[in-house]
Amino acid sequence: MAKVKGDIVIDIEKCKGCQVCMPACPNDVIGVSKNVNGKGYNYVETVNEECIGCANCAVVCPDGVITVYRKRIE
Amino acid sequence: MDTISKEDIRKPENIVYKRTELLTDKVMSYCPGCGHGTAHRIIMEVLEEMGIQDKTIGIAPVGCSVLAYEFMNIDMQQAAHGRAPALATAVKRLNPDKFVFTYQGDGDLAAIGTAETIHACNRGENIVIIFINNGIYGMTGGQMAPTTLEGMKSSTSPYGRDIKSMGNPIKMTELVAQLPGTIYVTRQAVHTPANVRKAKKAVRKAFENQKLNKGLSFVEIVSNCNSGWKMTPNQANQWMVDNMFPFYPLGDIKVNED
Ligand SMILES: Cc1ncc(C[n+]2csc(CCOP(=O)(O)OP(=O)(O)O)c2C)c(N)n1
Ligand code: SF4
Ligand code: SF4
Ligand code: SF4
Ligand SMILES: [Mg+2]
Repeated sequence: MAKVKGDIVIDIEKCKGCQVCMPACPNDVIGVSKNVNGKGYNYVETVNEECIGCANCAVVCPDGVITVYRKRIE
Repeated sequence: MDTISKEDIRKPENIVYKRTELLTDKVMSYCPGCGHGTAHRIIMEVLEEMGIQDKTIGIAPVGCSVLAYEFMNIDMQQAAHGRAPALATAVKRLNPDKFVFTYQGDGDLAAIGTAETIHACNRGENIVIIFINNGIYGMTGGQMAPTTLEGMKSSTSPYGRDIKSMGNPIKMTELVAQLPGTIYVTRQAVHTPANVRKAKKAVRKAFENQKLNKGLSFVEIVSNCNSGWKMTPNQANQWMVDNMFPFYPLGDIKVNED
């Protein structure tokens, strides 16, 4: 059965920690980091391996800091 | 077996979404979660997809998006407060083969620039107006705008907008839809993935219309000003759904196809 596996890369230095991406994700992949970036924001990070590469998070990110990957696996 | 490493997934050929090159590398000056950034991005994605970035001239307003020209990687000019449609009129008339758009907040478009907005729409200038309505003067500290809802608190209506003493909120989009010069008038939002995708389609339609030289396309984007509203971004988006959308309903208001 063909399945897809996704992954995202967040530019954590440019992330403002607004969390708008979090409710947009169908699989609760994104959570808030305990760490802060150079601007003092608690950036977001992936917290599980359930990403399907739907790009919802990237589409709503006001700062456009998420890159989305998707790969078909047999 | 789905044992696949992140390195295998994170390959250029597997990219399904990345930031458009038509946004500069500068960190946008907007507050975390502000809809201005999303609105900028969908406009730039549309220009990129249409391949018209080197034929487009944008007009930035006064307001939080006064620096839009720092973030949009295209030719731009910044207008005096509210005068973007007048400047866009001149730019388009002098350069009829360019795509010209304005990007304006509600204080800019619906207060100090009301005359410019209405007359550019009524004349049917062949431009696109993108109207970011957050119901407030974001940049200057959250003062009441003409678009502020009844009962909505702002720094100059701390007990909520009172219609009797402060007047009614104005629906600019419904108003300009009445004018013969507008060809496409719509209201959108950018707080969810589905809304962003719809809003982007509307922006695309607006720029496609400009090719037809049939009039002005007006795209309102209802957006949050979470700082001015004094909420977190996600709370502000929810407040927008609960309070802004009933008064400013989303959808097309005028679509002239012929
Ligand atoms: C002639 C003039 N009058 C007043 C101002 C002050 N001013 C700057 S931005 C602004 C309102 C901006 O509100 P809006 O257009 O809604 O943009 P937002 O910041 O909410 O995106 C005002 C009144 C100014 N810069 N110039
Ligand atoms: S691409 Fe989709 S599944 Fe993956 S993190 Fe973003 S929203 Fe979640
Ligand atoms: S929406 Fe973008 S800026 Fe906001 S927390 Fe998510 S990745 Fe960071
Ligand atoms: S003040 Fe309001 S409109 Fe301005 S950047 Fe902040 S949230 Fe956005
Ligand atoms: Mg405003």
